[in-house]
Amino acid sequence: MSIQLDFPAVLERWPSFLAGAVLTLELAFFATVLGALIGTLAAVGRGSRSAAIAGACKFYVEAIRNTPLLVQIFLVYFGLASLGLKLSAFTVAVAALTINVGAYTAEIMRAGFEAIPRGQIEAAEGLALSRLQIYWHIILLPAIEKVYPALTSQFVLLMLASSVCSQISAEELTAVANYIQSDTYRAFETYIIVAVLYIILSLVMRAGFWGLGLVLFPRRRRLGTPL
Amino acid sequence: MQQNPSSEPIVSLRDVQKSFGPLRVLDGVSFAVQRGEVLALIGRSGSGKSTALRCIDRFEKVDGGEIVVCGHRVDRPDVDLRALRQDVGIVFQSYNLFPHLTIEQNITLAPCAVKGMATAQARDLARKVLAQVGLEEKLHAYPEQLSGGQQQRAAIARSLAMQPKVMLFDEITSALDPELTSEVLKVIEQLAADGMTMVMVTHEMGFAKGIADRIVFMHRGKVHETGPASILTSPTTPELTQFVGTGNLKS
Repeated sequence: MSIQLDFPAVLERWPSFLAGAVLTLELAFFATVLGALIGTLAAVGRGSRSAAIAGACKFYVEAIRNTPLLVQIFLVYFGLASLGLKLSAFTVAVAALTINVGAYTAEIMRAGFEAIPRGQIEAAEGLALSRLQIYWHIILLPAIEKVYPALTSQFVLLMLASSVCSQISAEELTAVANYIQSDTYRAFETYIIVAVLYIILSLVMRAGFWGLGLVLFPRRRRLGTPL
Repeated sequence: MQQNPSSEPIVSLRDVQKSFGPLRVLDGVSFAVQRGEVLALIGRSGSGKSTALRCIDRFEKVDGGEIVVCGHRVDRPDVDLRALRQDVGIVFQSYNLFPHLTIEQNITLAPCAVKGMATAQARDLARKVLAQVGLEEKLHAYPEQLSGGQQQRAAIARSLAMQPKVMLFDEITSALDPELTSEVLKVIEQLAADGMTMVMVTHEMGFAKGIADRIVFMHRGKVHETGPASILTSPTTPELTQFVGTGNLKS
């Protein structure tokens, strides 16, 4: 038994692959930026003195972490539609991915916050900094630095998981692949190419996070030591 | 020693009570610190001296009694913490410099963020206070590049940059070896000579004797004996006699 592979028949659709890859990257970019923001706020919220805020953040995190991404996407998709909101598949996908990755980010950031020694906060309080200033100047960047590898992995995972957005016909990489393979009947070749493209996208994202790390953590750049 | 009964003390504690669960840590502690005075809080580990110091800056809330610091009623729940802490500087045993910031950034952060000082002015100030502790050349270093003694001097400089009216030192040399201890103590001596009001918890009896205007010896949550530094050489209570006799046990 031999496998006959015909890549040219599939590769001639390269503009579609490229468009899908770009859309996947765009989905990942917006969901990462918004999810990082929401996740950080939820992590701060879980430490709130108000039981209502802390409880709401905990509920959000646990609800998302214990349901499948595909179900969350459908909930957002059909939920918004039943409210009469007509949004593009891309917008819905970004919203659902943001809500999803925000919950995971919240847990990672919480670990980062908890890794900040109590003495750091006391020193900042002793200098009359406000709670917000302490979070902003003293806690946030060291916390991010401590959990940066975990955050990077989570956001790359998000990009890979965005493939399920093909289910609501967002024209991302996997959706494009589904379309091409049904058109060319070259399923194996199509998904090999898609797999390679996902690997490339992962490497692009990891390189991006590495570069961002150089900007965010000047101490580490200069001394090379962990915090 | 300055005794000016007509002027308000900078710090005053009256009948302060504090418990951690069933453990009574402060049991009616009273003392006052006048402007320009150096007060050393001494005593065994667990005698309540660190807790008493931390109550002054409200890192611990008291259960009873009255604490007035630079006019702030620290024992009241509605005390303006940020105003209080602009008047009070505190330096800790573990330095607590911010590791992700350079020494200059450590020093300029609070003057800029809290007092709204312009960056250029804050940088000048950073140079000035670092010169005071003999560390001008470390302006752009990160804390981890400094020795323990240098880090503690930088922490003192950071506190000085807020121009506090009183400084609190919580066993600031306890993590340092004797050589590094002496470089930090020299800085404190200079501050005392410049007239800074200071309250220090210390295990350095020789140093306390040399620099303190007044000694407060704490024992089991109470002020057991108080007086000028000479009480260390001629104590009147058996507890202080025993304490100085054992050669300032480290905690």
